[in-house]
Amino acid sequence: MRTKTWLVGWALALAGLILAPGCGPGSKSEPYVIGGIFSITGPQSYLGEPERNSMEMVAEEINAKGGLNGHPLKLVIYDDEGDVTKARLDAEKLLQKDRALAIIGPSLTPTSMTVLEITQKAKVPLISCAAAASITSPANERAWVFKTAQTDQMAVSRIYQYCQKHGIAKVAILTVSTGFGVAGKEQLLSQAAKYGIEVLAQEVFGEKDTDMTPQLTKIRGTAAQAVICWGTGPAPALVAKNLKELGLTLPLIQSHGAASKKFIELAGDAAEGVVMPAGKLAIYQQLPDSDPQKAVCKEYAEKYQARFKAPESSFGGYAYDAQRMLDQALMKAGRDQAKIRDALEGIKNFPGVSGVFNMSPEDHNGLTPDAFVMVKIENGQFTLTD
Amino acid sequence: MVSGQGRKGSSPWPLVTSLTTPLPILAPLLQYFISGLTNGAIYALIALGFGIIFNTTTIINFAQGEFVMLGALCAISIYHLTPSLPLAFLGGVIIVSLVGLAFERLALRPVGEASPLTLIIITVGAGVFFKGVAMLLWGKESYTLPPFSGEAPLHLGPATILPQNLWILGLTLVLVLALEAFFRLTLRGKAMRACAYNPRAARLVGIAASRMVQFSFALSALLGAGAGILIAPLTLGVYDMGTILGLKGFAAAIIGGLGSLLGGVLGGLLLGLAESFTCGLISSGYRDAVAFLLLLVVLFLRPRGLLGGRQ
Repeated sequence: MRTKTWLVGWALALAGLILAPGCGPGSKSEPYVIGGIFSITGPQSYLGEPERNSMEMVAEEINAKGGLNGHPLKLVIYDDEGDVTKARLDAEKLLQKDRALAIIGPSLTPTSMTVLEITQKAKVPLISCAAAASITSPANERAWVFKTAQTDQMAVSRIYQYCQKHGIAKVAILTVSTGFGVAGKEQLLSQAAKYGIEVLAQEVFGEKDTDMTPQLTKIRGTAAQAVICWGTGPAPALVAKNLKELGLTLPLIQSHGAASKKFIELAGDAAEGVVMPAGKLAIYQQLPDSDPQKAVCKEYAEKYQARFKAPESSFGGYAYDAQRMLDQALMKAGRDQAKIRDALEGIKNFPGVSGVFNMSPEDHNGLTPDAFVMVKIENGQFTLTD
Repeated sequence: MVSGQGRKGSSPWPLVTSLTTPLPILAPLLQYFISGLTNGAIYALIALGFGIIFNTTTIINFAQGEFVMLGALCAISIYHLTPSLPLAFLGGVIIVSLVGLAFERLALRPVGEASPLTLIIITVGAGVFFKGVAMLLWGKESYTLPPFSGEAPLHLGPATILPQNLWILGLTLVLVLALEAFFRLTLRGKAMRACAYNPRAARLVGIAASRMVQFSFALSALLGAGAGILIAPLTLGVYDMGTILGLKGFAAAIIGGLGSLLGGVLGGLLLGLAESFTCGLISSGYRDAVAFLLLLVVLFLRPRGLLGGRQ
């Protein structure tokens, strides 16, 4: 009898100890749990790694200053490896096990489309770092989804505007077979008529392909005045090299996926004269001081290089902007997820690395084609062009 | 902004030009041919690697593709240390040959007389291991290696050929001829062929089979590394380049007839050309499928491969 009471006593005490921290109103120092899902490994790791790094960098800075209103940020970041199923599982984990207040990511369009299904149902704010317009549109079906990456739609508009300005009316397009390339191809084809552009050839290449000379040879046989290449990773650099190897003097226009120093390094001499839309991070030193993005880009570039000893990229910038906007929302709204969502929706004139964000109920991306500038590679450097 | 086909300068190949100018449809074909031949030569070298190991051990070394990758990346690293291409080439080839030797000694020989399936699975595991080590050492980035003698394209009628393409074709030819001479004329080469025909009899006449196996791994690794260093200026070196190259080289080896030297070369060239022409004439999306489609066709119609060889 006495042993039983003794046991029950201990059990109660133990239960009390376990449950006590969960009881009562959130203590001042309770962390805000923010989830992250990125493609840190896998073929798109050049997206996920800088994104994760940037998110961690911002959180470290905030926590060093004492957190948001005293609440430290606790990041729980999962790697979806570029796989849709894993992304889904990661999202479920973040919502059920880790109880994330909000999620930043994923890095890719297909993974984003899967995850947003879950977060929308659970009414948890999601800030995606992927490109497709369909992530935040139609607006009435994406109340809980935001995104920081510029859309492919804007990139294509900018490219075609450039073509119009330079008298290029016939183009050949060369797109990668991944989701990014397919979405880009769709935009290139659907917007062509609007700008008076005729697409004479549509070639495809694989993400890991190393020889695009057959496709370019085919393009050589058409009357195209320019080649538009839409891809990411090393392949666009190889396209630039192959173009030069074939002796083609057609101007080469890349997508914003190639707007990184790595492209210049890999393509070498073949990068000269290549034009592409890029976020302002690529050329922030050439911006006038009055540009609100210049300071942000400079700060991001310097901090990222100092912290990670690697060059900054606009991809990491997507997560950087997302985390900073989320921080602003958290400061305003605290733990209430509906209020966080409202606060995100109400963000206006937020200078980020990817652009100046003006969110609204109809537009959860908040960017215009001005978020892109056209840059040309001259003497191995990105320079602003028109 | 100048448009159109930028062919500058006169062509030093009047015969080719005269053939292709009246028939413009032939012009791109020559380009596909050149690109196909170049890739084919690389597949041939890799296929030879498969064939040599198969001949002495009757197993398929699925880490062959990783030898290609290691060769390319080692050469690139050496080049970054001392900007000398010959040194990078030699260094890369020697290092990877040693890796091949170590692999045989440490991963395969201890297993002894295990079944071929076990040994093959070990090679698959080794391939994954090499790829992982490469990822840790070199990261996931792509690296460049300068072309051996410049980038200025040469004009061959309506097509262009790079000096690097000529290097690949030339060096492959030299290596194949050297291999042929080795196997036919030198004692060690004949000993290796003896092992291939009948390992037991070979041992009875005093040929150390284990030595031959060792040597075959070193030779295959050498060929693979050579292929990797040759192709790196054109395709960049990256930690996962070995996987698909290995598979295509394997397909080429089967197509040409596993175990036959000439078969490996033929299979490689055929595969390269088929890929290039399919990409150019049919659709660029099917590039990687060609290798496996061709493999299936050959396995259905002539399982021994085009030039026979052992089953």
